[in-house]
Amino acid sequence: MNENKKAVISVLGTDKKGIIAQVSRILYENDANILDISQTIVSGLFSMILIADISSEACSFDTLKTELDALGERIGVQIRMQRSEIFEAMHQI
Amino acid sequence: MHMINTSEILETLQMIDHQKLDVRTITMGISLFSCVTDDERKLCDNIYDLITRRAERLVQVGRDIEREIGVPIVNKRISVTPAALVTGAIHDPVKVARAMDRAAKATGVDFIGGYSALVQKAMTEADRRLIESIPEALATTDLVCSSVNVGSTRAGINMDAVRLMGDVVKRTAEATADNGGLGCAKLVVFCNAVEDNPFMAGAFHGPGEGDCAVSVGVSGPGVVKVALEGVKDAPFDEVAETIKRTAFHITRVGQLVAREASRRLEVPFGIVDLSLAPTPAVGDSVAAILEEMGLEICGAHGTTAALALLNDAVKKGGVMASSHVGGLSGAFIPVSEDIGMIQAAQKGALSLEKLEAMTCVCSVGLDMIAVPGDTPAETVAAIIADEAAIGMVNNKTTAVRLIPAPGKKVGDNVEFGGLLGHAPVIPVREYSAAAFIHRGGRIPAPLHSLRN
Repeated sequence: MNENKKAVISVLGTDKKGIIAQVSRILYENDANILDISQTIVSGLFSMILIADISSEACSFDTLKTELDALGERIGVQIRMQRSEIFEAMHQI
Repeated sequence: MHMINTSEILETLQMIDHQKLDVRTITMGISLFSCVTDDERKLCDNIYDLITRRAERLVQVGRDIEREIGVPIVNKRISVTPAALVTGAIHDPVKVARAMDRAAKATGVDFIGGYSALVQKAMTEADRRLIESIPEALATTDLVCSSVNVGSTRAGINMDAVRLMGDVVKRTAEATADNGGLGCAKLVVFCNAVEDNPFMAGAFHGPGEGDCAVSVGVSGPGVVKVALEGVKDAPFDEVAETIKRTAFHITRVGQLVAREASRRLEVPFGIVDLSLAPTPAVGDSVAAILEEMGLEICGAHGTTAALALLNDAVKKGGVMASSHVGGLSGAFIPVSEDIGMIQAAQKGALSLEKLEAMTCVCSVGLDMIAVPGDTPAETVAAIIADEAAIGMVNNKTTAVRLIPAPGKKVGDNVEFGGLLGHAPVIPVREYSAAAFIHRGGRIPAPLHSLRN
């Protein structure tokens, strides 16, 4: 399942302390490696896009997604994890 | 390799969140030829077993892909060999419809299509039996969809079948009168039907297909509408380019889903159908695209030209995004399933005549249109004949999915629910076509040279 090896994680919501820390901790615990982060705050709205390598044997897409969903729920921001293929398919020929 | 950038990611997320980008359906086509026997019970068992075996993982795989790529996959469906081709040796084809329905429910799919007959030239006894049984089949099943091909550019129009279908549409409406004639929403009359269409109600797995294939139908009128908001007042060249670019993006999603589904189900990839399929949700309307081009309301003069441009640009943009494009591929104009069309029909801006003209330049035909319940069967047949003539002469697929809503009059509203939406009852011509329809016989295939 991990042959594609990359996931795009997007986080959207009201800014608060520790969003990046908590997201990256979950990634670390699941053996995912962060390849790229871009983050902005526009009028109090926090937005982050993170690309992670999830090719490790120890990393399960489903587990990681479930944990990120739960985190989003807990801290009140929208966290979405998608395979990078959807973006590659749409924007690359 | 090019790293995807933030703005591309945000653009995709916008399309999913705010512009209702979705994949309308993953449809698995299953050939039933291997099921054939003259033992009615055995035939039904064979069909049930084959469908449930082949499609066992279809719904789960659809959900997995949806979760992983984050794009909604609205329906999972099954299409099968036209049932008339496998029921020649049994007496009651309705039993097969029920077996299909049970199998669809067991696999968890949304619809199963293929209670169908291909009678563009003439009818076999099995075809006639099946067609006669359609009202009962649709009234006693939940997920079964039916279609009948009554004409083609090569064969002409089978007017005996057209006449019969006028009756069958009426009888289906009456048999499902408790639900506003809902059975008719699951019954399509085609000219030039395609064998690999993943969209309902007209999906069937044609006799020229293999044992099994997965096809994908994309959607995304909202995405096109929003893209056009960025080229206000620009000339049509820019409008066309914008639609092409957008259709490319949408179709790539369909191609990705089709490839993944094919790989995971270990079933060959059939086609991507790059139709713009609306839903009754706000922001998911084909009519809104036409209005964005500068029409006050869908149905205004200019609507046919706007739709012609849209339909062509969608194909041009989509065709390069997929390795195999097929099905109906174009813009759909189902009245009850498109909030803009519903409003235009309610205001009287969109008439049956204007819709007929629009079907000359777009995908499919007179789709999901509610007409008065007392419309005579001959008039329904005549509407089918007109639409089939457009398809036959123009070498394209056309279809009729009319709902003569029992007990309803012009101006009433018919509610179907879910993706099927609701429709205002619009008027039909009151002049009789009975003598014309009762002639029967066949309208000869048209000449395809000396074209004018």
